[in-house]
Amino acid sequence: MSIEFILLTIIGLSAYSFYISKKKAAAISAINGAEIHSQPNYHGMYAAFLTISPALVLLIVWSFIEDTIITMRLRDYFSDITEPSIANFYIEGVINFVDDVNSKAMDHVNFFTATEYYKSTMHLNLLLKSIVLVMLTIIALRYSFKLISADFKARDLFEDVVIKVMNIASIFAIFITIGIVLSLLFETLRFFESVPVQDFLFGTHWSPQMSIREDQVGSSGSFGAVPVFTGTILISIIAMSVAGPIGLFSAIYLSQYASNRVRSFAKPIIEVLAGIPTVVYGFFAVITVGPFFREMGIFFDIEGFSSESALIAGSVLGIMIIPFIASLTDDALSAVPRSLKEGSLAMGATLSETTTRVIIPASFHGIVGSFLLAFSRAIGETMIVVMAAGFAANLTANPFDAVTTVTVQIVGLLTGDQEFDSAKTLSAFALAFVLFFLTLILNVISLSIVKKYREQYE
Amino acid sequence: MNNILSRNNAEKRFKVYGVLAVSTAIILLGILLFKIFSTGISAFNQSYIGVKIEINNEINSSEIDPRTELRQQLRNMFPELTTRAEKRTLYSLFSSGATYEFEDLLKTNEGKTINDYYYFLASDDVDMYVKGTVKREGDSAGRLMSDQLKILDQFEEQNLVELHINKYLLAGADSREPEMAGIKGAIYGTFYAILIAFITSFPLGVLTAIYLEKLAKKNRISDIIETNINNLAAVPSIVFGLLGLAIFLNFFNLPRSAPLVGGLTLGLMTLPTIVIAARSAIKSVPPSIEEAAIGLGSSNVQTIFNFTLPLAMPGILTGTIIGIAQAIGETAPLLMIGMVAFVVDIPGGPMDPATALPVQIYLWADSPERAFVERTSAAIMVLLIFLFLLNITAVYLRKKLEKKW
Repeated sequence: MSIEFILLTIIGLSAYSFYISKKKAAAISAINGAEIHSQPNYHGMYAAFLTISPALVLLIVWSFIEDTIITMRLRDYFSDITEPSIANFYIEGVINFVDDVNSKAMDHVNFFTATEYYKSTMHLNLLLKSIVLVMLTIIALRYSFKLISADFKARDLFEDVVIKVMNIASIFAIFITIGIVLSLLFETLRFFESVPVQDFLFGTHWSPQMSIREDQVGSSGSFGAVPVFTGTILISIIAMSVAGPIGLFSAIYLSQYASNRVRSFAKPIIEVLAGIPTVVYGFFAVITVGPFFREMGIFFDIEGFSSESALIAGSVLGIMIIPFIASLTDDALSAVPRSLKEGSLAMGATLSETTTRVIIPASFHGIVGSFLLAFSRAIGETMIVVMAAGFAANLTANPFDAVTTVTVQIVGLLTGDQEFDSAKTLSAFALAFVLFFLTLILNVISLSIVKKYREQYE
Repeated sequence: MNNILSRNNAEKRFKVYGVLAVSTAIILLGILLFKIFSTGISAFNQSYIGVKIEINNEINSSEIDPRTELRQQLRNMFPELTTRAEKRTLYSLFSSGATYEFEDLLKTNEGKTINDYYYFLASDDVDMYVKGTVKREGDSAGRLMSDQLKILDQFEEQNLVELHINKYLLAGADSREPEMAGIKGAIYGTFYAILIAFITSFPLGVLTAIYLEKLAKKNRISDIIETNINNLAAVPSIVFGLLGLAIFLNFFNLPRSAPLVGGLTLGLMTLPTIVIAARSAIKSVPPSIEEAAIGLGSSNVQTIFNFTLPLAMPGILTGTIIGIAQAIGETAPLLMIGMVAFVVDIPGGPMDPATALPVQIYLWADSPERAFVERTSAAIMVLLIFLFLLNITAVYLRKKLEKKW
């Protein structure tokens, strides 16, 4: 008997409850005519809900408690080990032990007594759990069946349940944010236990590689994140200087000049750029844009032109964010009331004068908002920079140099071999925390700007 | 007052800037697609070399070691190659996959005799030379040395080098050897992950949207939820990857590299997109229909589930497809939860270690072998075509099912 079997039994009982309750309600309705408050279906659904919910709640609570208790009990077997992480390793070894597999945790004297204890306890636990859960479900079934009568308000109650479920679903989105903040915050705080905050935020040397041997040069690793931040900003600025003009002028052309026919085919094509996965842009940067820029570098004899230069990653990133700027700016320009535009045209201004002196000032907030959103996209973008930019952190403003970004470092630190508690891995969370807050602030500002501006013309 | 002529010129210039901007964007897209498709198309063919197989006894495949037998047959073709080094050069023209193909050949001809030319998979170096990706320079071509080329020339003189359809690319799992590498495992991984993502985010997103749009009272909490969802939609995807790492792997101890975790992470990421799309779809259902339903005595919940939701469904589905298409192309969060492992087996379920199509593209793009370049492009072609079909479906759904009120 396994947990899946218990679950199936409970679900089966719940279905049975639906069936008999519906039947009972139908019988009552047949006797009393139209006087029954709720339709038989609602009686059935409410009864099914009442039958299944206590067992589900208990199952979740039980699983949590059994985990805690069993870990505590198992710790007694390894009480000679003081280091908690090593003790945890043995406990996990016991829990995951399968008969014919060799486990590294076997070297402890108490290992096999502990596995014996674990097995028998879990067996008993499962038996107890199945009996209690099935009994509880049967009691709930009898109770819900008894509730049914002509004036039992099953529909109102069931609808209340549905609304509660929807309420919980909507709050779930908040839990995601809380989850992000907490998971980043905890690891970040642990990181700051070993590296002071000011060293991280204002230090200018970034080399998170910890050496294996103590006596190696730079064995401590240094975590001054300034070069990482400046690299991110440099690449994003390059991206914005590619995407800004192209996006802005595309939006102006499409919203003011283009005929409906041109608009209806050019706009979707530009939006295709937004639908291309970023890993594709990264590959494009490596096989096309990189070699192209390298040859330009040789042609113009630029010294120190790196094959992982900020220019390559930045310009490809720029291509990626063109559609964001174009479509958001287009929305902003289109929201300007026609009367303003027509007034200006009627006074004899040309369309370009109208655009630059009336429409753009009138939609300035929206345009700024769209640029900020695009900038936050550029900062948070990962795959293009991972594939086209370098890992070495140089503090430079030269676009031909190799620089690194926050996202590149996070990927570099967290993929491949990792030990979870080292400062190296934890520093990735600190970087992500900074990234999250930076993009959050940019988003909040731009969203509020756009919202305010929208209200202005409504 | 400005000169009319210069004003008109300024007007023209301004328009030209606009045309230039739009055409630059379109040309860039064109270059990108052209580069990917022109590089990738050759990966759908693969070089095969014909070998004369002559087995005069009735074949009993369990008694023959395919590796030694194939080598024997090759030596029979070239009796003039006598030294160890020369023989090894001969073998090196073939992929290690040729042995498996030979094994299959033996099995299909169980109990018969063979005397014919059969084609076997060539190595990636030969493949690139045959396709012209690497050119002959002096007496070598790419990684093909002069003695290898000499033997290959003999095959070519007899017209025994052919391009066949690449059956490994779409039907095989990942491999260290480019000529045998395929994306089937990655496609399965993506399928499972997206399935999980859909199962988690779609019901949750739709319920949230209904609640916010129809049931929530306008107060601080509903305001907070709303801003929160808008902000979540703009959180960098890599942050969701870290969330998945911290919650699903470290807290719930779910298996690393499993599509289950990847799917849950992608689901959380897609949720805001679905909520926003579903809300606008629900908003566009005319209130008159809901008022009529309430007027006829149905309750709030009945109205929502029997009238509002069915009418809003096309819009919700369109938004969901677009969100799912985004999730399919997403790579960064999957890197964080360890779906970057080199996986040779095709995953059988959402708990098996797997990788996803975009991650496979990233891994191949990172590989040092040059033969992976065209295969990376081919994998991208598959991904882009699939995303294109999804988006077409979304547009079609919107056109076909959406009612104008």
